Amino acid sequence: MLKPSRATALPSLMIAAVLVVATTTGCRHDGRSGGPITIDYWEKWTGFEGDAMRATVNAFNESQSRIHVNLLTVSQVDRKMLMATAGGIPPDVAGLWSSNVNVYADKNAVLCLDPYLKREGIGEQDFLPVFWDLCRHRGKTWALLTTPATIALHWNKRLFREAGLDPNRPPRTIEELDAFAEKLTTRDKDGKIVRMGFMPSEPGWWNWAWGYFFGGRMWDGKSKITANSPENIRAFEWVQSYSKKYGATALQTFQSGFGNFSSPQNAFLSETVAMEIQGVWMHNFISKYAPKLEWGAAPFPHPAGRPDLANVTDAEADVLVIPTGAKHPDEAFEFIRFVNSQGGSELLNMGQRKFTPLRKVSAEFLRKHPNPYIEVFIDLAKSKNAFSTPKLGMWNEYADEMNNAFDNLWLQKRAPKEALDIVQQRMQKKLDRGLRREARLEH
Amino acid sequence: MTRQEKRTLRNGLGFVSPWFVGLSVFLLYPIIASFYFSLCEYSVLMKPQFIGLGNYADLFTDEVFWKALGNTLGYAAFALPLGVVVSLGLAILLNTGVRGMTVYRTIFFVPSLVPMVALAILWLWIFNGEHGVLNHVLGLIGIKGPGWLSDPFWAKPALVLLTLWGVGHAVVIYLAGLQSAPQQLYEAAELDGANWGQKVRHVTLPMVSPVILFNTIMGLIGVFQFFAVPYVMSPRGQPARSTYFFAMYLYDNAFSYLRMGYASAMAWIMFLIILVLTLLALKFSERLVYYEGG
Repeated sequence: MLKPSRATALPSLMIAAVLVVATTTGCRHDGRSGGPITIDYWEKWTGFEGDAMRATVNAFNESQSRIHVNLLTVSQVDRKMLMATAGGIPPDVAGLWSSNVNVYADKNAVLCLDPYLKREGIGEQDFLPVFWDLCRHRGKTWALLTTPATIALHWNKRLFREAGLDPNRPPRTIEELDAFAEKLTTRDKDGKIVRMGFMPSEPGWWNWAWGYFFGGRMWDGKSKITANSPENIRAFEWVQSYSKKYGATALQTFQSGFGNFSSPQNAFLSETVAMEIQGVWMHNFISKYAPKLEWGAAPFPHPAGRPDLANVTDAEADVLVIPTGAKHPDEAFEFIRFVNSQGGSELLNMGQRKFTPLRKVSAEFLRKHPNPYIEVFIDLAKSKNAFSTPKLGMWNEYADEMNNAFDNLWLQKRAPKEALDIVQQRMQKKLDRGLRREARLEH
Repeated sequence: MTRQEKRTLRNGLGFVSPWFVGLSVFLLYPIIASFYFSLCEYSVLMKPQFIGLGNYADLFTDEVFWKALGNTLGYAAFALPLGVVVSLGLAILLNTGVRGMTVYRTIFFVPSLVPMVALAILWLWIFNGEHGVLNHVLGLIGIKGPGWLSDPFWAKPALVLLTLWGVGHAVVIYLAGLQSAPQQLYEAAELDGANWGQKVRHVTLPMVSPVILFNTIMGLIGVFQFFAVPYVMSPRGQPARSTYFFAMYLYDNAFSYLRMGYASAMAWIMFLIILVLTLLALKFSERLVYYEGG
């Protein structure tokens, strides 16, 4: 046997390293060799939601032989896509959240899809307006849709019946909601809360959004933050009324006993909270963890004096984008187009048990849909009062600031106006500075 | 240089090159780049725009920055001394030569091997206000425990308690220090009639003082990088930012708000604070630390 000398050891190590690199990168087809073009697609979903997307990808791969989509599940996909794009090695398609679209478009991280849409004749006419709008920023289209969602009041019919309420009649006004909540709340013999009818801090995902239900907005769309508008102050006074009525400490202790969202200990599923605002996905968790739960979903109530504020909902969507620097943008769009076709979209959204973002829906889709309240969510998506995450570059920071304000007024550390004034002042300062820098860069 | 020497030099450089390349690519370049970025408006995807000391000036008027810094220092003020007392105490107890000592040592070390995320999830349940085991145990002795993680007052103390879980590492280092303390000093102290407490005070502590200093400085650095556990337990620093630490705000600026420049400025301030605190610790310890043969 040959014993490697000292002089040959180093070169052979280097050759070995080169070989390792070569074999790990060399095993893909890029189309030039005649096989299908492989495109990489990063998506966030796991579990049955991931399975639904995988089925859609398989359907696409089988529908033609030119392109092969390679689906990869990636956690924190928005951040990882950003880093990969900055590093020049992005995937060909990435599944983001609609709230990423404006930020990534402003930073040139995603390709404008308008040339493709024009060529294929796809556009506004195909989608529900609120979801189409989520793909648009500064007059251009940057994304197309996968799964949309709206939110509604979920209520527990059994607990309604127990409390002497009509189980088939959810509250229609905020005032009714408060009265129902009071009736549904129960305490043990020591006066400790064992069940809440409703609490604005659960599940806590829309802590920033309560203003919309009272006619408020987060900014004017241009240069002014409106965190402390009278409507927002009224909304958060209503939020704080719960903490005042039931006691901040009592609610804190009560809420600290809640289990994880995705578990049978979820407050709504374990019948610890009787009414809760939740999205179209809640049905999946009910059927998984509490299949016996008697529940209903209806538009969230509006203030009694403001019938014009009926059907307020948060409409968001998961979207597909082509990152800047993607190697196969044309093929990537082919796939995106498939997902946004009626067949592709119904396959995916039936699998995820959501509704499609398209105007055209097959009767079969609605008939077969397992969620008995799916049309409530579709109607909400068509509501003129549907709102979405503000398309503000600094939104993440704004949302964190709103969450902090919520904590402070929920714990009664600050009055609602005071808490919102702080948000207003901080965020207006940030927005002004951002706009100034932007103006300077443009000139 | 002869041919042989040249070849040796070439081979030598070849063999250190992985280290050298690694150091410059993964350490030196990022350090220099982060300093440059700290003087820029930089969102990762756009070219950095030089804005001078703008980020540093903004930081000084940023309430969240001060809040996060205050939280971190407040946490350090309790976690560090408590950590030293508990780990040194355990080390002294573990050094008494009771039978089965290696088993005890292992038992105390094992918890520090639990991965951070698992640790955070575990303690989320221990601290649970309603069903948590901690409040259950307190209830047995008639104390009504608080909502540890939901009460802004108790959230930080809860995290201080939690860090004691990981004292195992420090205990092992102290044990090594204790075992190198010369036996003759203890014998001399005994001949002079010193009791156990006096021996600890006058022999043990001076002999392990360099180790205490080392652990304190490492702890100081660790505190400023306290991230994974609170990020899992309270990603927004809730309730009301009471558990929002320096490293969390840095991370949010970098990856959530896409303000890499601002985050880089925070990183450099963090570096300066650690440097100054370390120098202070070294300065004040001159009189307190005894170096054998030094």
